[in-house]
Amino acid sequence: MPKPRTMFDKIWDQHVILEEEDETLLYVDRCLIHEGSRHTFGKIDREGLSVAEPEKIIAFSDHYVPTINRDKGLLGIYDSKIRGMVELLASNCLRHDIQLFGIDDPRQGILHVAGPEQGITIPGILLVGADSHTSTHGALGNLSFGAGASEIMHILVTQTLWQRRPKTMRITVDGELSFGVNAKDVILAIIAEVGHGGAVGHAIEYSGSTIRAMSVEQRMTVCNMSIEAGGRAGMVAPDEKAFLYVKGRPYAPGRKDWESAVRHWESLPTDPDAVFDEEVHFNAPNISPMVTWGTNPEQALPITGQVPLPSSIEDTSHREEIEASLDYMDIKPGAPIAEIEIDRVFIGSCTNSRIEDLRAAAEVARLGHTKVPAWVVPGSTFVKKKAEEEGLDRIFTEAGFEWRDSGCSMCTAINGDMLQPGERCASTSNRNFQGRQGLNGRTHLLSPQMAAAAAIEGRLTDVRDLIPGK
Amino acid sequence: MEPFQKLTGIAAPFDEANVDTNQLCPTRFNKVPIDDPTYPRILFHDRRFNSDGSEKTDFILNREPYREAKIIVADRNWGGGSSRESAVYALMAFGIRSVIASGFGDIHFNNSLKNGLLPVRLPGKEVINLRAQLHERIGSEISIDLESQTVIGPDGGERLFEISPVSKKCLLLGLDDIGRTLQRNDKIGEFKERYFKEFPFLS
Repeated sequence: MPKPRTMFDKIWDQHVILEEEDETLLYVDRCLIHEGSRHTFGKIDREGLSVAEPEKIIAFSDHYVPTINRDKGLLGIYDSKIRGMVELLASNCLRHDIQLFGIDDPRQGILHVAGPEQGITIPGILLVGADSHTSTHGALGNLSFGAGASEIMHILVTQTLWQRRPKTMRITVDGELSFGVNAKDVILAIIAEVGHGGAVGHAIEYSGSTIRAMSVEQRMTVCNMSIEAGGRAGMVAPDEKAFLYVKGRPYAPGRKDWESAVRHWESLPTDPDAVFDEEVHFNAPNISPMVTWGTNPEQALPITGQVPLPSSIEDTSHREEIEASLDYMDIKPGAPIAEIEIDRVFIGSCTNSRIEDLRAAAEVARLGHTKVPAWVVPGSTFVKKKAEEEGLDRIFTEAGFEWRDSGCSMCTAINGDMLQPGERCASTSNRNFQGRQGLNGRTHLLSPQMAAAAAIEGRLTDVRDLIPGK
Repeated sequence: MEPFQKLTGIAAPFDEANVDTNQLCPTRFNKVPIDDPTYPRILFHDRRFNSDGSEKTDFILNREPYREAKIIVADRNWGGGSSRESAVYALMAFGIRSVIASGFGDIHFNNSLKNGLLPVRLPGKEVINLRAQLHERIGSEISIDLESQTVIGPDGGERLFEISPVSKKCLLLGLDDIGRTLQRNDKIGEFKERYFKEFPFLS
């Protein structure tokens, strides 16, 4: 009997070209880049190298594109340095024959939204992106992770990558989610428990009945934030939902290959007796709507909770860490989370900007009117179009939300969309680090429903108090 | 890349866990070309400088003797978050060649290795002990010898650290990966032939 293998083992083994001491040379099926990949092209040019398999590299204009004035194309970017980044990616792609979903392309979008949407992401592949949230793609049952400029350069030049084999961690979530609780709350609860660095060195597989019951888009929200627990990758076993999601998308295997592809994909799920290096279990009914209160993603609590009281913490370094976070966030020790007033709301980012996220937010938005400036930034131009076909844009704008064009926007805050110093934002993005959404800005991470609820109440709010119960 | 063999230098104790790459290089500096003369100011920019560009005098790297620091002794989970390699360029432009911590974000760890900045993992209590010594004897030095995989603290005590043999070799010789990969072109060719026969839909 062959040794039982995890899904990670199977996908890893499939891509091994050779092994040398503790490193393995892997073949990379797809590589996704964006405007921030300037250092990668800089290195390639300095060393006079060329791109090995340009058709396997796909570039996205997402981090630096504006989310207004998009009908003006490049001319709509008033800051010449920001415009320069969008132009630089276009010229680098043209020179190296790399396909680009550029600023005015109908397929444009955040790489982790537009990639799956185009069928570039499929089960079983090794996909590496120039962005730490590349773990998102693992929701379709593949090995996807982010890398820095040097490793991306290596992929561009050789279509391969040297890696040390990570350990494996299975996070099992079982049971039915309570009313008002969704995928974002699940991953925030997981990070709060596992810790910001708790999964470092591990590829995570999410399993259990809760994950199986999720849609592919919800699984993407979960896998997306694997990196916030330190995880090297996040993945979910591919099933009928995954196959159905992929089928017919432009880059997906066509009719001729479909059956053999599905046969292969069906062999990927973890064997029953396979052993993981770590196992963690969660009980879905115990998970509440979650909000972060601090400056790293593990500092999260149920909306019904109170922020910690440093004076009650014995360990000095832990107490100082909590004090520093509360100080930066300007929150009183022990304050109830649901009393924290906010200045802005951001619904968007590769975590929560897909059509199901926007539908969920709109369900809450229609119950009131915004008390603070609130933005909705769809994750791709297609998501935007689809939402408009469904009338979601009107629900948002009638409720006082601003309906914008697609991009990374205020999640990474480098396209000009950013918080003013001291502003406090309820955000569906993935990072609450100091200054992440703008110099001295303060971020509370939460789900799209919770963000919409915060917008119409002007403070962090338990969405369950707003939605009429089941 | 620049080889890394031995390093002796002033070490700055950085008493903070979870220092993410956004702190090391705030996002707006990602667009700065690597050879730009302003690069040494990028590291910890928003925590090192006031909005008028003046230095925040209480920030450790603005104080003597830490302006000359070559080593940072941090805490747990150094360099989590974004994959930006500019975080490594910022450290190196400031003069940092090694960071000692009890844990590193995976991507930042790799980015460091690929650029000749040595990330040293030591147990949590060793890291706390080293920082305590540095606070006690301000300006004292730490020595790192990659060949023997040792860190010598201000107390003269020797601590062994682990490193992947391949990374060690590359750092000692200053080799980058591209060269050794291109030597394996025949193996890559054989792999692809087999792979695309089995998975024609991936070709």
